[in-house]
Amino acid sequence: MTTHYFLQLVISGLVIGSIYSAVALGFVIIYKATRVVNFAQGELLMVGAYVCYSFLVQMHVPFWAALCLTIGFSVLLALIIERLILRPMIGEPVISIIMVTIGLSLVLRSIVAAVWGTDILIYEPKLFPQETIGIGGVPVSLEFVWCFVLSILLLALFSAFFKFSKSGVAMRAAAFNQQAAQSMGISVKFIFGLSWVISAVISGIGGVLIGNINGINTSLYHFGLKVFPATILGGLDSILGAALGGLIIGILENLSDGFFKSYFDLSGVKEVAPYIILVVILMIKPYGLFGTKEIERV
Amino acid sequence: MHFCGDFRTTYEKDIEILQTPTVRLGVAACLAFLVVFPYLVKGEYLWVGLQILIAVIGAVGLNILTGYTGMISLGQGAFFGVGAYTTAYMTTKLGLSFWVGVPAAGLVTAAAGMVFGIPSLRLKGLYLAIATLASQFILEWVFLRWEPVTGGSFGIVVPRPSIGGYVFESDRSFYYLVLAITVVMVLFAVNIVRTRTGRAFMAIRDHYISAEIMGINLFRYRILSFGISSFYAGVAGALLGHSLKFVTSEQFNIELSVAYLAMIIIGGLGSILGAIYGAIFMILLPKVLTVLTTKLTMLIPGAAGLAIAMEQGVFGLIIIFFLIFEPDGLAHRWKMIKAYWKLYPFSY
Repeated sequence: MTTHYFLQLVISGLVIGSIYSAVALGFVIIYKATRVVNFAQGELLMVGAYVCYSFLVQMHVPFWAALCLTIGFSVLLALIIERLILRPMIGEPVISIIMVTIGLSLVLRSIVAAVWGTDILIYEPKLFPQETIGIGGVPVSLEFVWCFVLSILLLALFSAFFKFSKSGVAMRAAAFNQQAAQSMGISVKFIFGLSWVISAVISGIGGVLIGNINGINTSLYHFGLKVFPATILGGLDSILGAALGGLIIGILENLSDGFFKSYFDLSGVKEVAPYIILVVILMIKPYGLFGTKEIERV
Repeated sequence: MHFCGDFRTTYEKDIEILQTPTVRLGVAACLAFLVVFPYLVKGEYLWVGLQILIAVIGAVGLNILTGYTGMISLGQGAFFGVGAYTTAYMTTKLGLSFWVGVPAAGLVTAAAGMVFGIPSLRLKGLYLAIATLASQFILEWVFLRWEPVTGGSFGIVVPRPSIGGYVFESDRSFYYLVLAITVVMVLFAVNIVRTRTGRAFMAIRDHYISAEIMGINLFRYRILSFGISSFYAGVAGALLGHSLKFVTSEQFNIELSVAYLAMIIIGGLGSILGAIYGAIFMILLPKVLTVLTTKLTMLIPGAAGLAIAMEQGVFGLIIIFFLIFEPDGLAHRWKMIKAYWKLYPFSY
């Protein structure tokens, strides 16, 4: 494996990894605040990508307006989901909550397939410039750079939101102890809604970014499944962990794929590598790099 | 129904599986119906009955793991695949008979399940669910890539079983074979959950630390639960392979795992009867939906693509509705209905 090839793998891994980070961040926000394991995170990304496509290509809205409309749509969708489906499930066992989000993912997937069909769709006009630049002697498409920069920006923005804004602090308080937060005057219902909204918006923007690069089709929800390796690696309730976990999984899956392809002539390792990493982490360090260790007493 | 004065006065009476004449009559009627079923219907409907029987085996197995031991598994579909490929490999490549292939499929899958169950030593709840999800994807990948054994994306053609020159070629004869295996497997499960092992599973589900203090070896029983559950999945997968006469990797995807989890949740966690209800419901549902969509397409010709896309969505919606409005499952609802009618109209 040449250094050139290696660098290429790392860079494309970083770009995909940054999208994983965004989706993982959305997953962690919901998990942290509401203890809901969202198996429909990838579908939120997919819906965002398709809605933006509709505004941009079918209705010829300028990009910035299409993005705003997409965000608005994601907000609405998240509120509806939270109110109608997840609110009645509060207090139910983990298995029911997992199942209800799986049901939700099936519904969202079928709606997308019914409205937009299953063919691949391409964003037109392209949002980012198509030229390539050289980074360390490796040609990199400028849209990759843009995608990476924007998702890192997104991550930084929301990290700052949690650290400094009033709602962000309230969300952290509710995640820490719901009853205490409620008695301090924080509306836990509002926090639950807000966490779904933020999560859907981040995933939706992630969908728009990936749609710009690769085009969109109904298998876009696979991004949601990569969330599990990323968040388990980083720790299920850690925002920093989600961001780092996504990037690491993105790079590792690309590197292992390249490695097995060049030395063992085995293709398709990419699909399975994140899950093997996932099992290994679970065996060695179940709470990930930054996750809170649960302590149980009888 | 328990009538007044229906007391159990001996230990033998207390450990009977079917305790009252009504229950005995009901079960006998069900079995009689299952025996004459192939002569009442034909073609498509018989095929649905066959699939329900196979699903019952898989769902009962998963309920032992998830419902009784409290460990969520999103990998049941892949374990089906392990069973199907094992019997396919043994009957076609090694030339062994069905009667060796199916038990071997169960044992190989049990071994695979135990290996993938090792993380359960440290993990539980959500983390374990994610670990089993990973095992689903890893196994799916192996099915597709390990071409010498699995035939890769081409799959393997599997024969129907035969005994002493008689081939179970027709669906009807194969139905009886599957029915016999299903009855044995269900009876075995009913008995397992009444033994020391079953009580240990339930103790682990209810509180694993307390169970350990009571002297239950957590590691042993968790792995055992994975093994039993996977054995059921393996046998069901093997039968599925022989009934379809064809095994490919797409049959054993994550959607199959989700369907089985949905079966036991809709039927009722921690109840053998619930697993049976769930299996019937979840196999019939897509068939009913397909019939409805074909009717709809006949009415509105342009809606074919839309209807097919919405089929999966309706499936998802029904799962959501069940979880919100009937969280304890069909078995619980059935119990409530029975309790209501037991003393009707003087319920107090």
